[in-house]
Amino acid sequence: MLGWELPPHNSGGLGVACYYMSKALALKGASIDFVVPYKADHPNAGFMTIHSATSLNPLHRNGMGAYDNPAIADALHRKPGEGLNNIRDVQAEYVSYVESMVKDKSPDAIHAHDWLTIEAGMRAKELTGAPLIVHVHATEFDRSGQGYGNPLVHEIEQQGLLMADRIFAVSNITKGLIVSRYNIPADKIEVLHNAFDPIELTNYTYDLRTYKYLEHLRSEGFTVVSTVTRFTVQKGLIHFLKAAARASERYDKLVFLMAGDGEQRDELVRLSADLGIADKVFFTGFVRGRQWRDAYSVSDVFVMSSVSEPFGLTALEAAHHDNALIISKQSGVGEVLDSIFRFDFWDIDRLADQMVAVAASGALKHELKANVKREYARLSWDDVAARCLAIYQHVRVGVAS
Amino acid sequence: MNKRGIVLYLHVHQPWRVREYSVFDTSHTHDYFSAADETDRNNKRVLEKVADKSYRPMNALLMKLLGTHPDFKLSLSITGTFIEQCEAWAPDVLEDFKRLVATGRVEIVAETYYHSLAFFYSREEFERQVELHRQKIQEVFGVTPTALRNTELAYNDELANWADSKGYKAILAEGWDPILGDRSPNHVYRPSNTESLRLLLKNYRLSDDIAFRFGNRDWQDWPLSAETYAHWLDSSNEQGPLINLFMDYETFGEHQWADTGIFDFFESLVSKWLERQNSTFYTVTEASVSFEPGDEISMPDTVTWADTERDLTAWLGNGMQHEAMRYLYHMEDDVMRSGDIGLISDWRRLQTSDHAYYMCTKWFRDGDVHAYFSPYDSPYDAFLYYMNAIRDMRYRLMAYHNIGGGHHG
Repeated sequence: MLGWELPPHNSGGLGVACYYMSKALALKGASIDFVVPYKADHPNAGFMTIHSATSLNPLHRNGMGAYDNPAIADALHRKPGEGLNNIRDVQAEYVSYVESMVKDKSPDAIHAHDWLTIEAGMRAKELTGAPLIVHVHATEFDRSGQGYGNPLVHEIEQQGLLMADRIFAVSNITKGLIVSRYNIPADKIEVLHNAFDPIELTNYTYDLRTYKYLEHLRSEGFTVVSTVTRFTVQKGLIHFLKAAARASERYDKLVFLMAGDGEQRDELVRLSADLGIADKVFFTGFVRGRQWRDAYSVSDVFVMSSVSEPFGLTALEAAHHDNALIISKQSGVGEVLDSIFRFDFWDIDRLADQMVAVAASGALKHELKANVKREYARLSWDDVAARCLAIYQHVRVGVAS
Repeated sequence: MNKRGIVLYLHVHQPWRVREYSVFDTSHTHDYFSAADETDRNNKRVLEKVADKSYRPMNALLMKLLGTHPDFKLSLSITGTFIEQCEAWAPDVLEDFKRLVATGRVEIVAETYYHSLAFFYSREEFERQVELHRQKIQEVFGVTPTALRNTELAYNDELANWADSKGYKAILAEGWDPILGDRSPNHVYRPSNTESLRLLLKNYRLSDDIAFRFGNRDWQDWPLSAETYAHWLDSSNEQGPLINLFMDYETFGEHQWADTGIFDFFESLVSKWLERQNSTFYTVTEASVSFEPGDEISMPDTVTWADTERDLTAWLGNGMQHEAMRYLYHMEDDVMRSGDIGLISDWRRLQTSDHAYYMCTKWFRDGDVHAYFSPYDSPYDAFLYYMNAIRDMRYRLMAYHNIGGGHHG
């Protein structure tokens, strides 16, 4: 299993998905060697062997901005070979670690997650002949919003997708992108939706003081509409704020919580003032731990306004914290839920209408919250692992013959 | 001794579906029902589609059968909202219905003009709507109904009591096993605490064979021939003289498409039945006065013809549905006081039970979302547009009466 992060050293949903999938696979008897590009302790991961491809600490890895486009673009244009200074160097070291690892012990299957590990996956396949499964959690198109993204990253993705014996896509949306933008035949791609394990989110008491002012507004009958995300163009937050302004024209008692940080922050702050709703929009800055959890808890309605979101685990976390969900049709998580509102990411009036509808009707809010809980409860990592194992078996036979 | 007979009753209805009426339309435009897009919220488009697939070919077939077989008869309930839409967009369809009724062998059954659940919210409004329907039927068809059916066949003892007091001869309900026990739906019954009213109960097994199962290729009896079905009718008749086949008119051509063979099946069934000894058709009133009531039947709790539960949960099963209906009927006095015909008509069009049905979420629970027919993407969308219309109604009332409307909840 070739990954880039695992909890608690993760910056997003990729690490969470890798962790739970591996755990469910291990419970079904799979023996997993999981490679990460940094050195750190991973408590509660005794079900697999974790290999550190470099001696970097995890923060250093994050600091290179593996998920941040300008940083990658910058790194790709620097010359490699001057120590582990950029992400390409880390990837190169990751590849050589995997090379030496498979020389000792040939795997039955190679499961590589996203472009960051694809090169290592291809090399391992070359050396061992084991089948390569490329698991796509996000493509470069997703990361760049509606833009094209970085051509070198595309090329790596393209090669990996061509070399893969089987491709897992986290949603039909992602599968569609792989088919249309990378020209990969649809029958090579399995849609494997992420599951959701709320157990790690239990054992927690909501602290009403974290967002005391918002709680006060709630007690006065206000509805808190939130989004918890990175402030990048991929997330469609300009549309979210414009819809917030439209909704506020029609319904007074709305406030908006924007939890997170990112390159668009200043632009969003300015926009909320230009729209005349600065007093209704709360920017928290980067949140983790209690502030992160409490952001979900103080919120009544969670909006995922992404322009392109392969899956969108945060929506399920929000649902678990008793939020009604409004999800863009361009977000994969919507494929596994029925009891949500959907809108096209550009459809500001529709989003505004939905915000007002939920805020104005207690019954609607209740139905959305209660029903979506039942729906995410059906998703199980055990089912994901079972499908995964079946496909490992299948491609092994395919490769051998 | 009366002949045994089929009592065929078909329900004809189209609702005024609410368009994607947004919060930004509220208090600006009041055109809730005027979607002009290529969706199933466009009422004109739906009516024209169903007219071509169902109303025109089925009416032609019924006319032909009435001409060929002097003993062929049937009963129809036709809602006011359907008649309004026909008058606007398919007058020839209404003419066809008039020709059917003019044969004297097609009975029209009374109901609420707006296919509403008013009986459960406002007795006064219910009575006004039954009266409106009576007037409309008299005006269009020149007849006055003597049998009653309530929306979705929603029936209880109270309704029977009301119908009896108004002089109806017959009333229709579901032949639901927990009520019938070991009794058969193939008899005429007397509702509890009524003087002269008679109760006809739907034979749901035989009705649903046509209405729901006919075109289902996974059904063990597919493809069903008229001959086989007529044999089923024969064996059912051992339980009693009447076979009450109650279903949506749109079964023919819309729920079951022409390519399932439904029209040929029906034509052949009528012939095969009438070729048999001692076999005929009755209209609903005719059947209820031709046979002595078998027993007394009481239904204190409301029974409908819907779903496996046979209750109102498809319309009034969740909080959104209750909230929407509560707000709607809460306006009654203000709406009626306005005397504004447009406002009253819009309020009543919003009462049509289909709106509440579109908000049903119980199929999500069963994972059987396909059982759900709706022009909206989800029940939540249906509720959203509906509530925007309700808010606009409040705004209009506020303008009339200078009363506080605004937001409550």
